[in-house]
Amino acid sequence: MIRILRQIFRTGIVTEPLHPDPETEIKEVGIRLEEAVRKRFRRSLTIRQVDAGSCNGCELEIHAMNNPIYNCERFGIHFTASPRFADMLLVTGPVTRNMEVALRRTYDATPLPKLVVAVGDCGCNGGIFGESYASLGGVDKVIPVDVYIPGCPPSPAALLNGILKAIS
Amino acid sequence: MSMLRDAIISAFGERARFDSSQHPAGVSSCLVPRDSFSEAAKVMKKSYALLAAEWATDETAFGRGFGIFSCYRWGSEYLIVRADVPADDPWFPSLTKRFVPAYRFERQIQSLMGITPVGIPDARPWIKFEDWPIDAWPLRKSFDASKPMPRIKGEYTWIRAEGEGVYEIPVGPVHAGIIEPGHFRFQAVGEDVINLEERLGYVHKGIEKRFETLSWREGARLAGRVSGDTTVAHSIAYSMALESMTGCRLPERAQWLRALFLERERIANHLGDIGAICNDAAFAFMLYQLSRLKELMLVTNRRLFGHRFIMDRVKPGGVTVDIDAAGKEEIRAEMESLLKDFERLVTIYDENPSLEDRVRDTGILSPEKARELCVVGIVARASGLNLDCRIFNPFPPYDQHDRIELDVPVLISGDVHARVWVRIQEVRESVRIIRKILEDLPEGETSIPVEQPSPGVSGFAAVEGWRGEIIYWLQSGPQAEINRCMVRDPSSLNWIGLERAVLGNIVPDFPLCNKSFNQSYSGHDL
Ligand code: SF4
Repeated sequence: MIRILRQIFRTGIVTEPLHPDPETEIKEVGIRLEEAVRKRFRRSLTIRQVDAGSCNGCELEIHAMNNPIYNCERFGIHFTASPRFADMLLVTGPVTRNMEVALRRTYDATPLPKLVVAVGDCGCNGGIFGESYASLGGVDKVIPVDVYIPGCPPSPAALLNGILKAIS
Repeated sequence: MSMLRDAIISAFGERARFDSSQHPAGVSSCLVPRDSFSEAAKVMKKSYALLAAEWATDETAFGRGFGIFSCYRWGSEYLIVRADVPADDPWFPSLTKRFVPAYRFERQIQSLMGITPVGIPDARPWIKFEDWPIDAWPLRKSFDASKPMPRIKGEYTWIRAEGEGVYEIPVGPVHAGIIEPGHFRFQAVGEDVINLEERLGYVHKGIEKRFETLSWREGARLAGRVSGDTTVAHSIAYSMALESMTGCRLPERAQWLRALFLERERIANHLGDIGAICNDAAFAFMLYQLSRLKELMLVTNRRLFGHRFIMDRVKPGGVTVDIDAAGKEEIRAEMESLLKDFERLVTIYDENPSLEDRVRDTGILSPEKARELCVVGIVARASGLNLDCRIFNPFPPYDQHDRIELDVPVLISGDVHARVWVRIQEVRESVRIIRKILEDLPEGETSIPVEQPSPGVSGFAAVEGWRGEIIYWLQSGPQAEINRCMVRDPSSLNWIGLERAVLGNIVPDFPLCNKSFNQSYSGHDL
């Protein structure tokens, strides 16, 4: 036990200061994000992530949003297991034919406002997999999309930025 | 060593013809009559070989019918057995009775190429869902892959366990959490799992077919997206298979840089996995500590190589990025501090009795089963199978034993703990290799141009990614285009291992077992 505590103290809080990310000023985004979540979602934005056919690269970055460095929970963002509790669907991948039905069902099970964010080049337009017998292309081919976050995969900062765009 | 080759020659004599269009030279390929396809499997089994892959080709472009292939591995040798299948009589003898994992490969061949494995005990479609038109065989050349397919009505038959007190839990395809989709069906009595059936194919994106529409160069980008968490290893495997066909000799520096990327990918994923496994045993502390270490590596990757997962930095003919003295210094310092933190965390893992209680003796895959199921990579090494392409089929720079010696851990308990411990040891080992690479990195070019392969040749490569052995088999068509690209992610074999490992465990331990395997859905479904 003492080792665990010692390691926790040694590590300290790594969330601040954030590593400088030239792509997006994550801190700036963070403050605005927190505000928007507080105002519009009563301090808690609940996201259901759906992999509709991704290569799992995008999932790695969505996971990374939860790591202590990005720590998206501090902005009031958390992930839920059930679409019934979700304010937002974060959908990755080209939608495969084999996932189309499941994605539609998840969408139907989500209560309003049903925000949909398409993640990654694949989620935006099918990416390298394109449209074929097996891949239907971007998420908007199947359900309405509010915001697109391009990138292969988009960085955690870009993801946070896109989420902010969707709720403001 | 050519044990397998000799075994085929002595059993088949004149009936087996060895083929010189298969590259690299170390991998033999022989043509046997279709009727003897499973006899060859028997010979291989007797020689202690394991089945590595089974696939089919449509060779209409050459004016032939289909080709059916099986690939065996023993020690450092790979042998490919091929049989011709006429287009108007598409069947082949099933290998499932000799090698269990063949049943998944063969269901897939039947579903996607429309060639019937005769004698397969389970002929249900795989990857092809019940709502696909029956005659949709996407890997056939006559299939127009650009059009969407209509949906038909159909039903999938599950294997059922019946009896008093038996109940069923269906899970997925959309799981709780941020993971890929797949369906699992448990039959349980009380808390004990008596059967688990996986159903995969949800993320089937038509990757193998897609390769056939791309140029050889673009193919490398697609290979890097077969399974995003293994992007480096997949693009190395694709590139090596292509390079073997063109006879291109990579500059040494490029090979060493590839190894650097590969080991970084291994460490990053292992750190994430060890954390996630502990988290599934309700020890979240480890998850946060280790995901911090992982994140720090990704940040370095981004700074030095321009991408957090080093995607698209390996290309046929070499690599697209280089490293300078300052970069080397940065990695050296990073490794030093990473290892320090990591060792402290390992001590905590090792000394935590409640964690130990969860991970020990949970999800056991016995060495016998591991062999029978031909599993690979970390799963194999946790179950007593000493397999690692870096050692047994070493690709440069791993073949320079005097410069990079490798010591891969092999455990025999086959439980969740063993799979964690193999990862822990491998992190240490990879740190050592990275240090060695930085010390010895040869000077020179980082890439050379790659020519088009000649028509009608095939290339093979096996690379040890962080999950295990990845195989690519490429075949050029009559116009020297990509006629077929066969991808075998380690997950194709290891998913079956999971089905076996959870038997007799309690349902709540499934996430833990699953995480300790952590197989790729995308790499399997393709
Ligand atoms: S955008 Fe890139 S990382 Fe994301 S699913 Fe597509 S290929 Fe994978």
